[in-house]
Amino acid sequence: MIGQRIPKLDAPDKATGRTVYGHDVRLPGMLHGRIKYSKHAHARVVRVDVSRALKLPGVKTIVTADDNPPTMFENGKDNTPLKGQVVRSLRDEVAAVAAVDADTAEEALSLIEVEYEPLTAVFTPEEALKEGAPLIHAEHGSNYFTRYRYSHGTLEAGERESDVTVEADFELPYVAHAAMETSVVVAAFDHRGHLTLYSTTQIPFLLQRDLSEALGMEGSEIRIIQTAIGGAFGRGLDIYPFEPIAALLARKAGKPVRISFSRYEEFLAAPVRQPAKVHVRAGATREGMITFRDAYALLDIGAYVSWGSVTPLVMMETTASLYRIPHSRFAADCVYTNNPITGAVRGYGNPQSTFFVETMMDRLAVALDMDPVDFRVRNANRPNEETPQGLIITSCGLKECLEAVAARADTARQKDEGKTMKDRPHPSSFIPHPSKKRGIGFAATLNVGGGARIYRSDGCGATVKVDDFGHVSLVTGSTEIGQGSETVLAQIVAEVLGVNVEDVNVLNSDTDVKPWDVGVHASRTTFIAGNAAHIAALDARRQLFETAAEMLKTTPDDLIAKDGHVVAKVSGKSAELGKVARARHYREGGQVILGEGWYDPPTKLVDKDTYKGNISATYGFGAQMAEVEVDTDTGKVRVLRLVCANDVGRAINPMAVEGQIEGGAQMGLGYALTEEVIVEKGRVMNPDFLDYRLFTTADMPEIETVIIETDDPQGPFGAKGVGEMGGTPTAAAIANAIHDAVGVWMTTVPMTPERVLKALMEKENL
Amino acid sequence: MPKFHLSLTVNGEARELLIDPRRTLLDVLRDELDLRGAHRGCDSGDCGACTVLLDGKPITSCMILAADCDGSTVTTVEGITPAGGLHPVQKALVEKGGIQCGFCTPGMVMAAIGLLNENPNPTEHDVREGLAGNLCRCTGYKKIVEAVLSVEESKA
Repeated sequence: MIGQRIPKLDAPDKATGRTVYGHDVRLPGMLHGRIKYSKHAHARVVRVDVSRALKLPGVKTIVTADDNPPTMFENGKDNTPLKGQVVRSLRDEVAAVAAVDADTAEEALSLIEVEYEPLTAVFTPEEALKEGAPLIHAEHGSNYFTRYRYSHGTLEAGERESDVTVEADFELPYVAHAAMETSVVVAAFDHRGHLTLYSTTQIPFLLQRDLSEALGMEGSEIRIIQTAIGGAFGRGLDIYPFEPIAALLARKAGKPVRISFSRYEEFLAAPVRQPAKVHVRAGATREGMITFRDAYALLDIGAYVSWGSVTPLVMMETTASLYRIPHSRFAADCVYTNNPITGAVRGYGNPQSTFFVETMMDRLAVALDMDPVDFRVRNANRPNEETPQGLIITSCGLKECLEAVAARADTARQKDEGKTMKDRPHPSSFIPHPSKKRGIGFAATLNVGGGARIYRSDGCGATVKVDDFGHVSLVTGSTEIGQGSETVLAQIVAEVLGVNVEDVNVLNSDTDVKPWDVGVHASRTTFIAGNAAHIAALDARRQLFETAAEMLKTTPDDLIAKDGHVVAKVSGKSAELGKVARARHYREGGQVILGEGWYDPPTKLVDKDTYKGNISATYGFGAQMAEVEVDTDTGKVRVLRLVCANDVGRAINPMAVEGQIEGGAQMGLGYALTEEVIVEKGRVMNPDFLDYRLFTTADMPEIETVIIETDDPQGPFGAKGVGEMGGTPTAAAIANAIHDAVGVWMTTVPMTPERVLKALMEKENL
Repeated sequence: MPKFHLSLTVNGEARELLIDPRRTLLDVLRDELDLRGAHRGCDSGDCGACTVLLDGKPITSCMILAADCDGSTVTTVEGITPAGGLHPVQKALVEKGGIQCGFCTPGMVMAAIGLLNENPNPTEHDVREGLAGNLCRCTGYKKIVEAVLSVEESKA
């Protein structure tokens, strides 16, 4: 089972339209909820009058801030479901309607009268920090939300040891997760007043807790049922106001309520990737050894705190621990503004930091006149070493990843063995059109691969049941968002119990059924939920062997599980799993076969002052090579080829691993070249797929994926996480390829034709 | 608002419906006919998740009023799925790993079938151009394109 290209178990239902997504949930009497958003980025709410809207036939109920419980929610405890006194962004929810259909609800929104008294708004962190700037949250006393200050070694020593130093400023944009299914929630109360929430959340158990705060209920009164989820990419890692709003509407109306976002609303009100302004310096010795890396990031978290305020933890890891860095400093300030809420999006801070870290690596290589791959390999992290930041690196294939993509770059260019890349004829010399220049670029990535302890628990529970018919059920705390966890976990259980993967049913969607899990994030599911499922399967197998030993008149250590049977190695006798289960079940003092597993990795929360500590049980590594063609007349960059190598420990399902990398690459290519949520004065200017461009089938370059296996000592069957790495280094590899082609350093993404052309023109003028 | 009397042949069955004339074909398929395989991803014709065949041609069903389809033949993903099995395009997508979250998949299946109906032996370029109106955020498209090309190969 392990290492096989097994098609995703839920794929046939998805291909035939049988799968039930949140948008497909229909409950008896269900109403449709719509939200009225603020007209101003910052204003006092003087009056909300819902009387006309309530009279519209078909409107069942309306909620406003008067219906909020007294509690605050979200990470900063600065948010309420509906806003009553002050609106702080254009996504602020002022009122919500539940009606018999969505059109009626929409019409009712237009009949709600809201009187505002506009306040001065701030739209950049710099403005927000100015003396006398209007306070976004008066009770917080400042627009400064939080700061991060990390260092190891001493920068002065790093500077002294440097023969070359480079310095640059970067500006990185808002990006949308752009899951194909928009946010959706259905809330229903039962006769006890208990809430069932059908949700696309990635954190079902944390959402219970968050909702209990947002609704003033007990967590024990809240049940989360996860529907099939049409992509999430970090969107579902926090509670957002539409969820408690649906519950408030449902409670007040006495009927189930569904809120499903339009695509416009999704761009407006779903969390976005954190924009960043970063100043970076780095140095190296003449021999090509990195001496120091220093970065300062100014981060806009938006009007309320969500996960955007924690991205520095990841940026810090890339800055301080990607390659061996003797001296490093990372500082970040997180600031409230009247902009959209920033949250978690796949890679979580890492696409941003990998862009600046890895383009600075090429600047150093150029300054040293050194091959960029040789420079990276020289400084690469190695197996079994602890970084000064306290990351304990066990398995590590960074060097192998770099070499793998470099080897493939060789075939992209002229075959010219034995020389470094610099010495080879430049690929642009083979291009007939004089305005088109070709180049190649490299970038690497470091990502948590064994969970990430950002809560006190990073655990996951699992049970494995073998029933009287030999059918196996895995109940896992983990969440499936399309990544293929249900198939990989079934493979792990099938391997242990010696059954076919199709014989394992994976249940993962109901907080009343499944054991606790922290959520699907940080590329953790294969590693953490995989270990939990492995432990549970071993426990179930122990029980099977105990009974089978009696049946086959042997000892448990003589037994193996194979082809749906327990087999005695010496005698060759065997018994079907179902028969063993029945023998254990139908007897005096009988028991069922029910294995339990709980896995919480041996990691630490980072120290709250130094930010040091081993946050993950293992780390994933990767490298990419991009071959680009830059049209110097138009500034248009075309990626011709992208080669992605990733150290995944062991590929339990190589097809699923490739899927993660190829899908990540699509996001990385978008980050590099086309995707930017344009926010002007707090307003999203391009809230649709016509103006927010995702890569399509026609835009994609040739992608080659290379799987590097390093057999992680703690991973299930040696595996570690890969979910986020596919898109992390892409933009840096492309920026480096652009430099190789035309000699300009890009410091922002997306690298649109106008930005590239501007850089080319600035270079010409020099 | 006066209702519109709509006659449609959906997945081979003649249907007569009284509908609100403002409803799109996607609304009618999902809400009136309980065919939820076509998904609503954008409601503006940009994502392709709602693709169905209208008189054999792939269209985004969110972009056409149901009333404008009067007298037409509509085929949805439910209509091309054989009982207890998979259409060759569905089978290829499953086996080649072209499905992750699956939200785009029914639309992708219908767009691919529309493409193959028109052009039974497409090149990779044809497939890439033909599916460019169907967005996918999970797969990077590589396995989708491979799957569609493999259908063509298995036919030949």
